[in-house]
Amino acid sequence: MKQPSADFAIDVGGLRKHYAHSPDGTGLNGIDLQVAKGSVHGLLGPNGAGKTTAVRILTTLLQADSGTAFVAGYDVRTRGREVRRRIGLVGQATAVDDVLTGRQNLLLVGRLNHLPAVAAANRADELLQRFSLTDAAARKVAGYSGGMRRRLDLAAALVVAPQVLFVDEPTTGLDPEGRRAVWSAIRDLVTGGTTVLLTTQYLEEADQLADRITVLRSGAVVAQGSPDELKARIGHDWLDVSLTDPDDLPRLRELAGQFADGELQSDPGAAHVSIPVADRTRALVGLSAALAEAAIDPLDITVRRPTLDEVFLQLTDTDVLPIDRTAASA
Amino acid sequence: MTTATTAGSTLQPDALRGNGSVIGDAWTITRRQFWHWRAQPGVLLVGLLFPVLVTLMFGALFGGAIAGPETEYAGNYYAYLMPGIFTMAMLFGVESTMTAVNVDAAKGVTDRFRSLPISPAAVVLGRCMADMINSVAGLAVLIGAGLLLGWSPNNGLPAALAAFGLLLLLRFALLWVGIFIGLRASGPEAVGAVQILVWPISMLSNLFVDPATMPGWLGAIASVNPLSATASATRELFGNPGWNDGSWLAENAVLLAVCWPVVITAVFAPLAIRSYRRLGG
Repeated sequence: MKQPSADFAIDVGGLRKHYAHSPDGTGLNGIDLQVAKGSVHGLLGPNGAGKTTAVRILTTLLQADSGTAFVAGYDVRTRGREVRRRIGLVGQATAVDDVLTGRQNLLLVGRLNHLPAVAAANRADELLQRFSLTDAAARKVAGYSGGMRRRLDLAAALVVAPQVLFVDEPTTGLDPEGRRAVWSAIRDLVTGGTTVLLTTQYLEEADQLADRITVLRSGAVVAQGSPDELKARIGHDWLDVSLTDPDDLPRLRELAGQFADGELQSDPGAAHVSIPVADRTRALVGLSAALAEAAIDPLDITVRRPTLDEVFLQLTDTDVLPIDRTAASA
Repeated sequence: MTTATTAGSTLQPDALRGNGSVIGDAWTITRRQFWHWRAQPGVLLVGLLFPVLVTLMFGALFGGAIAGPETEYAGNYYAYLMPGIFTMAMLFGVESTMTAVNVDAAKGVTDRFRSLPISPAAVVLGRCMADMINSVAGLAVLIGAGLLLGWSPNNGLPAALAAFGLLLLLRFALLWVGIFIGLRASGPEAVGAVQILVWPISMLSNLFVDPATMPGWLGAIASVNPLSATASATRELFGNPGWNDGSWLAENAVLLAVCWPVVITAVFAPLAIRSYRRLGG
């Protein structure tokens, strides 16, 4: 029997889940995932990639078909209750009771986490204040805005400071202000020692919050690493060159060809070319020299790392199989 | 940084946590229902008073026609009707169980409960206690209405208590039907369809009318309806006029009023629990 590693808050091996009624593959086809204690891990992928399935298995809401999964050191299959004592879940659907007030919702969760009545009440008030819900505390949740419901939902997951917090697409449908509030709450939790597993479709969110990112597609891991590693591994660096004289454009394209590792990109009519390069330093120095020799005067030359969006699109595009390419070239 | 301490643990709430018990957790979930009632007194009131409305509908509107001059209960249809209405109220309770379970599942509240360190049994038991309390309150209102309308139990308190026991036993059995359907129904529309079905199910019985007055085959179905067993048994225990035609069904009404709920529970409790577990795929 596999033992969990003490360094990992989440330790998953070969996790599989097949849905009988879902041939489009929203299940999991054997994923491995290790999340270090006290870190934020982003689970990134398009709809149907298996993100929510993974979260539901790790929070004991769903049974995996096979594979192992330990959360906070306990097997989710056999020690579900121990796991549930140590986790918080912010699901995709805001799991708040519409008929109750905001405060009653938090009291209920506090009591079901076995806090004594007074402690549950204090904690509820504290969280209401933390999430700017004090004024609405005594109102029925049915009258809350989407952002308020999200904040209450997050507060409910924090009633007892969880060792591991699962956040399933926390900011979907939130305005920028609500998004920032959620992000800051997650950062604060990590400061307090909580490990966070975050699923998201937003790269910006993963880039902002996550120490490491796992990219899922069709229930399989297609890439894993820090945001910078992913950008470096998958994407090209780009050299963006702007010209003072648009007439120099054909000659620039000609010169750039020697340094390019792929198709040049340029907007029609603009005196500007983006050059994908394999080695940005050599390309920058080389191209500068070549331009000087050809007496072409660049307005600006900048080096640009790929955005996570580019990485994500490449990784999750069904026509491209980057993991195979990596394996073949390795 | 003020926020870090708040989100972390100024309170050290973990240190205060007990281990909890199934009964304690179930009671917390029951109390949630009390909060619901307090937040929506109108819903509670309509639920409690609707059977009274049905009583008046049948008693005042159809009563004269149903209880013609030659029947045993001529002149006081309410004496025949009330045990039927009590039974009907137990069946109608299925609707509130079903709706509550379905709404909780659809809104993610069930998942929230399932992600907390409580036993699944506590969630089901909490629902169970809330609904039974609601049914006892509903019966109390109906008893009051019945007494005002001229119905009365005539066989003494122990027999009357036994009759109420049988009614609540039926309610308990139907609770599992409600949980099962509530978990399996795809949404409010499906629940709505089932809510309509309680009408023909309660009509096709001896709750309102003597099955002997129905076409033979229909009367036969009405007589074996589990609701008929409970209604007959409570009529017998209350000493109210009934429809004892000397058949085996009529002679063993009390036995049947015990057996049917036991059978229904034996079938639907495992189904309901399995559906609850199935939420975890």
